[in-house]
Amino acid sequence: MASNHLTGIGSESKQLATWYFTFAAILFGAQLLFGLVAAIQYVMPGFLYGILDFSIARIIHINALVVWMVFAMFGSVYWLLPDETGIETVGIKIGKLLFWIFALAIVIVVLVFLFIQVGPASDTTIWFITEGREYIEAPRWADWGIVVVALGFVGNLFLTGMKGKQTGIVTVLMADMIAFAGLYLAGMFFTDNISVDQYWWWWVIHLWVEATWEVFVGAIAAYGLIKMIGAHRQVVEMWLWIEVAMLFGSGILGLGHHYFWIGTPEYWWEIGALFSALEPLPLVAMFVHVLYDWGKTQGAEMAKEHTDEYQAKSVITNKPAFTWFVLNAFGNFLGAGVWGFFHTLPQVNLYTHGTQFTAAHGHLAFFGAYATILVGMFYIAVQGTNGIKVLKSTKLSIWSTSLITGGMLVMTVALTIAGYVQVLVSRAQMGATWAGYFDGQSGVWFAQAMDWRLIAGVVVFTGFILLAIDLLTTGKNPVHKR
Amino acid sequence: MANKSVWSDNRFWQRTATWVTGFASVLLIWLTFDTSAQIAMGNDQDLQNKVTKRVPGPTVINYKITYEMSAKRGLEVPIIGGNDGKGNSLFQVKEKFFGRDDYSEDEARALLHLGKLGEQAKNCMDCHTLLGNGAYYAPDLTKAWLDPAWGPNGAMQALTGKNTREEAMAEFLQHPGQYPTHARMMPNLGITAKEAKGLVAFLKQMSSIDTNGFPRNFGKIKGAVNGK
Ligand code: HEM
Ligand code: HEM
Ligand SMILES: [Fe+2]
Repeated sequence: MASNHLTGIGSESKQLATWYFTFAAILFGAQLLFGLVAAIQYVMPGFLYGILDFSIARIIHINALVVWMVFAMFGSVYWLLPDETGIETVGIKIGKLLFWIFALAIVIVVLVFLFIQVGPASDTTIWFITEGREYIEAPRWADWGIVVVALGFVGNLFLTGMKGKQTGIVTVLMADMIAFAGLYLAGMFFTDNISVDQYWWWWVIHLWVEATWEVFVGAIAAYGLIKMIGAHRQVVEMWLWIEVAMLFGSGILGLGHHYFWIGTPEYWWEIGALFSALEPLPLVAMFVHVLYDWGKTQGAEMAKEHTDEYQAKSVITNKPAFTWFVLNAFGNFLGAGVWGFFHTLPQVNLYTHGTQFTAAHGHLAFFGAYATILVGMFYIAVQGTNGIKVLKSTKLSIWSTSLITGGMLVMTVALTIAGYVQVLVSRAQMGATWAGYFDGQSGVWFAQAMDWRLIAGVVVFTGFILLAIDLLTTGKNPVHKR
Repeated sequence: MANKSVWSDNRFWQRTATWVTGFASVLLIWLTFDTSAQIAMGNDQDLQNKVTKRVPGPTVINYKITYEMSAKRGLEVPIIGGNDGKGNSLFQVKEKFFGRDDYSEDEARALLHLGKLGEQAKNCMDCHTLLGNGAYYAPDLTKAWLDPAWGPNGAMQALTGKNTREEAMAEFLQHPGQYPTHARMMPNLGITAKEAKGLVAFLKQMSSIDTNGFPRNFGKIKGAVNGK
């Protein structure tokens, strides 16, 4: 392949992937910063009051979250397409143009959130300032921009998949990405009926994170296993199809766990409880799958070399990325599976619904299931763009991984304790009124948990800085095997 | 490979995945049709005809709304216009809303529309939860209309110097910075008097939605777990 001055690998698709990854990493940093602002406001309510209120900090925190993940997901697909299909991505020039449109749109949306914040109760506000719907606050004009960009992306993917080699991984991604993009449409209309509003809003949120995004993770994990430890494609893809069946089989109707209390009929109690209770199963399967394949290839390597585990050379060609992939397998299971199961039965959810308990789960799940594997993809790109054969862990990579992961775990535990106080005091005892709410919030345990969340947040942010430095510098580090 | 087991055949699992996904999707779409019909907003006719809707029409703001235990369902339900003693709405007792209890369908719908637009335009859900969804920085608004804090003996009427729930709420919404209840204060969001009226109508209508008993024991503070 012809060499390319920017990526050194001659693939325009991979070059575009690095653009997506870079922008994603910047937004990840922004997400954390605004999370810190919101966390400070829990501890010091006067902080930036009237300038950058909690609502605005939170909007940027969670929208940056969603957008950086979408960017990193697009980037991952552009990265793996040439490897999987054996050809350059079709229509890559348009793909590159769309990247700039997407990035520009995001910058405008964020600036409007920051400096205009709210508008009068009118359609104009919905179209140009904010849609006011959690996670997808972006105004309507940006929704349409996103639809156009997503169509272009899906177009690139389909044309390439059809022209080149269509592996199982590519097939799954093709089906999955079209569902992912299509679901966004469910969040793009206005209604006066808040129950109808929330019904469709959950189609976007739940069917993204508990169906299409999970399947995406399955596909990326499959790619990573083949790439990083040389797992056998036949086996990996068989697991992938089983995971797809289990994820969609439980996740699609698991949507019902959000329809317990929003005005929807009582039959969702049974449907939501049954199917969402099954949702952890594929996550266990994915965890087992990653570790099993790892153990198997490492074992085969040892048998080949006739050594024991202490002397055989590691089969892993990218240590930091693989670490993040293993953290993904475990974090997905813990954050989504275990923390999700905690509150997924209606008997429990009646009291935990909309408390810090939800936030505890939201943090560990988004982090464990998505942030981890996408950071892993960043490292795969660093390895590829620098032509490195074996990328090793560095002090920085180990420190950043530990600080980020440790911080998120502490944060989750703190939020879980806060949720516990809220459930007992504000909900069970005080009946969820205004006074009951503030009784719970002013409890000592609650207040301490908020302090710990802030401290944990600072740890996570420190880890992120180290991560950014490592990603920028490790490619030139001479310790790696080239 | 004639002897290869079907269980390790990728084609088999691919087909399984396709069928399972298709089946789950079809079931979800079917349930969506049923649910959509059940949560479609009612209208004034329904209220006149004493038809209980999961999501009552906008003119529900002309009625008195309470949240009471239904013995039959074993959970609390919104009661509109008085209770028949068995946990069903009578649709009789009216209640003045900004001095009137005769809002026409069109007038009430316009108010609700303004309120819902306002809820989104001011990013309410990025501090509060509605129907339990949103942010956790401020109290849940699902049944805020019924909160004792806004009632005759509640703190907010005294604080705002108003004599009715709706006026106290509207006043607070326009100048939240003037009426701090805790160190954590609601910001001023530039809400006009007209928008405030719409928002309160929206909150009142939302409190009439049948949420299957969420939140539990609302407004029954007795300092004990069971507030029946
Ligand atoms: C990676 C997968 C997942 C992610 C990223 C995720 C994330 C989230 C987030 C962010 C929320 C809060 C939404 C809001 O702001 O209102 C939420 C709610 C919820 N999740 Fe998950 N989740 C995942 C998987 C699961 C699983 C597998 C289960 C069940 C086994 C589950 C059960 C729930 C429940 C019951 C709620 C509603 C909480 C409430 O009533 O307040 N989640 N999830
Ligand atoms: C510096 C670290 C972080 C801090 C200080 C922080 C802080 C916060 C705060 C204060 C909220 C608002 C919660 C509320 O409404 O009461 C929030 C919400 C949220 N954050 Fe973070 N966060 C951090 C990192 C992360 C990370 C790494 C992720 C995911 C990868 C994440 C995902 C979320 C989600 C999904 C929500 C919405 C939760 C819900 O509605 O249930 N945050 N965060
Ligand atoms: Fe869900």
